[in-house]
Amino acid sequence: MAKGSPAGKAGGRLRLLRTTAFKLAAVYLAVFTIFAAFLIFYIAKNTTQLLTTQLAEAVDQETRELARQYEVGGLSRVARIIDRHSRQPGASLYLVTDPNGDIIVGNVAAVPPEVLARPDSDLHPIPYRRLEEDTSADHVALVRVFALPGGFRLLVGRDIGERQRFVAIIRQALILTVGLMVVLGLASWLFVSRRVLKRIDSISATSRQIMTGDLSGRLEVTGTGDEFDRLALSLNTMLARIEALMIGLKQVSDNIAHDLKTPLTRMRNRVEAALAHPDDGGREALVTTLEDADQLIRTFNALLMIARTEAGSSGLAFGEIDGSAVVADVVELYEPLAEDAGVSLSADLPDEPVMLYGNRELLSQALANLVDNAVKHAGEVVEDAHVTIELTRVKEGVELSVADNGPGIPEADRPRVIERFVRLDESRTRPGFGLGLALVAAVTKLHHGELRLEDAAPGLRAVLALPNERALTDDAKSSEAKDQAAAAVSGGGKGA
Amino acid sequence: MRILVIEDDQETAAYLVKALSEAGHVADHASDGDEGYAMASHENYDVLVVDRMLPKRDGLSVISELREEENRTPVLILSALGQVDDRVKGLRSGGDDYLAKPYAFSELLARIEVLARRNTPNEAETRYRVADLELDRLARTVTRGGETILLQPREFRLLEYLMKNAGTVVTRTMLLENVWDYHFDPQTNVIDVHMSRLRGKIDKNFEKQLLHTVRGAGYVIRDDG
Repeated sequence: MAKGSPAGKAGGRLRLLRTTAFKLAAVYLAVFTIFAAFLIFYIAKNTTQLLTTQLAEAVDQETRELARQYEVGGLSRVARIIDRHSRQPGASLYLVTDPNGDIIVGNVAAVPPEVLARPDSDLHPIPYRRLEEDTSADHVALVRVFALPGGFRLLVGRDIGERQRFVAIIRQALILTVGLMVVLGLASWLFVSRRVLKRIDSISATSRQIMTGDLSGRLEVTGTGDEFDRLALSLNTMLARIEALMIGLKQVSDNIAHDLKTPLTRMRNRVEAALAHPDDGGREALVTTLEDADQLIRTFNALLMIARTEAGSSGLAFGEIDGSAVVADVVELYEPLAEDAGVSLSADLPDEPVMLYGNRELLSQALANLVDNAVKHAGEVVEDAHVTIELTRVKEGVELSVADNGPGIPEADRPRVIERFVRLDESRTRPGFGLGLALVAAVTKLHHGELRLEDAAPGLRAVLALPNERALTDDAKSSEAKDQAAAAVSGGGKGA
Repeated sequence: MRILVIEDDQETAAYLVKALSEAGHVADHASDGDEGYAMASHENYDVLVVDRMLPKRDGLSVISELREEENRTPVLILSALGQVDDRVKGLRSGGDDYLAKPYAFSELLARIEVLARRNTPNEAETRYRVADLELDRLARTVTRGGETILLQPREFRLLEYLMKNAGTVVTRTMLLENVWDYHFDPQTNVIDVHMSRLRGKIDKNFEKQLLHTVRGAGYVIRDDG
């Protein structure tokens, strides 16, 4: 444990460095540092320039004034003025020298002689020492040298210590800012990446748990609505779909085992009996066996059809079709059958074509299955059995309903009958393989519609609610998928 | 007639060849796409039965290559894929009919026999005749023994299809596909009811029955003589 933990920590640190958060933090840090540095340099440069200009103007003005005084009152007047000015706090620097370079008057201890040798030059910085103050400290001043008549030199200057202090402050600010940014950046990176890693770890852990076979597991949704919640939501939707499919698959295989075993056993027994007594109705047995085998093939085909429809094969041709024509064709197909069963089959169709977006073949089959069921069940009502097909345009799209006045389905059983191989008739003596409604449900789902089973009082009304074509545009599709997913999640929750 | 079965599963192929021979046909067998293509382009067959998934070259490409060479032999595609779009793809590549596995042999045989008739002049005829039953495709009238029989439009199409393939068994699935344009399987045999109605109209008052039910296969209209 003690041995393992430092390695683990190092691994953790390495993992932190590899995160996207770290890379992002590093990039942001670099960008903002460059930006801050630029800003500070820009301010510093401009401010220094401004201060320098101001200094230069002050020096120039004083120089001009002193030169004027010199013309009026000569050297003694200048010396007097300088003497007076020198006493004021924060005064300028003054120095008057004779042709030999000796100081006549001034408040500066020493200046480099070459400065005085070049009069009327530009302002330039020089080191100097003040007389009356702490003479040991070197100061820097911006000075101008002015040549007075008779070889005298007048030097006027201003201390630029203030400017330099300002530059120092700015430099310090820069260092502080960058330092603070680095610290804050690192801190926020640590915070963010740890949080992110925690969420990712939780997602990975749940995924692993689900992979081991517990399909009922769901990712945690914190409710903050952030990108992780969105990710978790869509993954949960996917899981719900997978779970539903797995449950469906399991049910189907159970039901296949249960439902197909019986006819297979029956066939086997018949063949065995025929083999034992080949002369005793052997041909009859073979014909029946052939019919049974055909029926099995049909059942398999129906199952495959449902499976493919549920898988939502994208290659299926969807297009604008006339719902009325679909209904009319199916009614035409079933009318003789209904009549023979003593059921009156009628269709209530709008006068104009009802265009809808779908696959004719699949919708026809779904409708055929519903009509088939309705005719079978209504046929049980001896008198006045009728099946009515209605096609109505509603706000959301088109509703196709098949109603009978048969015994109906008890409300509690309605969700169950949509499942594969479920027949409420437990003895399973009636024809049909219990796949009809499952296919209708699959077709409806593929059309982004909804299958409702209602009480027709008496009887059953099955309603296929198909959305408008407009509702099938991509974003509507995705929102619908979300709704379905939400329904699936809540349904799955109940199931689990 | 001569039939070429291109099918890679040996057992299925052997069964098909045997069953087709027993039905009175001459059947050859090719076990992969290349061999099948070579045999189909060199020999003269009446019908090709092509499995979709084949080693070396898939069934659809064999068919489209034959079609490019102006080989018009009718082709029946066998496939484990029964979805509508698979069927469309198969027919688009040049196949004439499509049968999804698992299938009943009677269905396969009926389809092969109907396919083989495509090259006969019967296709272009405007009048079909079986014994004293006559169907005029242009005038859309049916008479039997000179007496006019009134049929619903769908009944007319049903009879038209049966008479076009007179003497050949047609299955319920074929009727659904060709008369109703449905490629699915209604759970109840709705076709039987339609057939009994049709029979009621064309056979009921006549001694000689023309429309026969073939058990385990389908229906056939023929003059038993």
